[in-house]
Amino acid sequence: MYQFKLHNVNDVASAIDVFERSDDAVYIAGGHTLIPAMKQRLSAPEDLIDLSGIPELDLIQVDGEVLQIGAMATHAMVAASSHVQSHSPAVADLAGGIGDRQVRYKGTLGGSLANNDPAADYPAAVLALGASVVTDRRTLAADDFFIAMFETALEEGEIIQAVRFPQVDQAVYLKFPNPASRYAMVGVMLARRDQEVRVAITGAAASVFRASTFEAALSENFAVSSIEDLTLAPDTLNADMHASAEYRAHLCKVLIERAIRAMSAG
Amino acid sequence: METIELNINGRKRTVHCLANATLVEVLREQFQLTGTHVGCDTSQCGACTVHVNGDAVKACTLLAARLNDATITTIEGLAQNEASHPMQKAFNECHGLQCGFCTPGMIMSAVDLVSKGGADSPAAIREGLSGNICRCTGYQNIVAAVVQGAAEMQEQSS
Repeated sequence: MYQFKLHNVNDVASAIDVFERSDDAVYIAGGHTLIPAMKQRLSAPEDLIDLSGIPELDLIQVDGEVLQIGAMATHAMVAASSHVQSHSPAVADLAGGIGDRQVRYKGTLGGSLANNDPAADYPAAVLALGASVVTDRRTLAADDFFIAMFETALEEGEIIQAVRFPQVDQAVYLKFPNPASRYAMVGVMLARRDQEVRVAITGAAASVFRASTFEAALSENFAVSSIEDLTLAPDTLNADMHASAEYRAHLCKVLIERAIRAMSAG
Repeated sequence: METIELNINGRKRTVHCLANATLVEVLREQFQLTGTHVGCDTSQCGACTVHVNGDAVKACTLLAARLNDATITTIEGLAQNEASHPMQKAFNECHGLQCGFCTPGMIMSAVDLVSKGGADSPAAIREGLSGNICRCTGYQNIVAAVVQGAAEMQEQSS
């Protein structure tokens, strides 16, 4: 890893100030994507701005019907939080299945979303639950946040501060992990609120996306039988040494069916 | 050069290091705590696992300079008064290793898993140790060691 200057800051305004005065700065949260990328010299910032000294960025609280999770909350904190378990148990389950035990103590919600890895778990939850991403300058709806592979709507220097999850009636996240990396080959989050069903899929394409034909059919009739004739077109899905696009399309449907059964049983 | 204070295995230490030094580099090169290994150096294998403020983390992926005032426990800090920790003893007795390279990380992860209450079945142990890779054993004796170590840790704490 190349040398850089490390900046400790105590508030969001100072972090942005350092960012704006630097020619080449990057924020660091858990560092479990950034440090490996810096070791490989895929990333070589001059200035690294440490967000871990900013108080209250890792708070998890329930505000009326909304669950608010601070951007610096680690996956382990989210998985163990009684607020998350009672408000959005599917989010606690998802967080408890990210990476491995050691990674979950360091990796953060905000870091995962800002990175928008095509196989990350959190984007599926944020999109399926219709959460909103609160930054230092605005609030972004999940539908407007994820743009493309490793690309989000965040502007230069913009900092995610928290994510606000609305209450849904029921949600389930199921993933088919790559047995070696534990990243989702396919991950599916189903969420149901009144009659509206949202289906978000991660791991299968360049970025998380909603399966709109499945959503329409399931909003009409929430049953495995209502998606029998639907398929996901493989032409926009990822193909790599682990799985072909056709296999990923098949896995998506299998996981959606399993999620419907799990929600119908519960 | 950055200056930080660490508590390493119960001793206060002042550390001078470059901003890009990882925790595992500091432990091995400045303090000769070479029980913590570097396997993959890409945060996958878990050989570098140590406890930072009570949590098992991968020391190859932490910048030491971000850890001011942290409490670090390495494999060398587990034994108390010359007596092996129950998990070390169990790995020895169950032969939970062959070459031993992954063992310090396995033991540090296993102690974290048991102390946080996540080792109640062999399946949970396998899942809990998924951040540690062993290329020799096929994991059978590692899981057996953690089962025994967990029982002894619970006995000691009760």
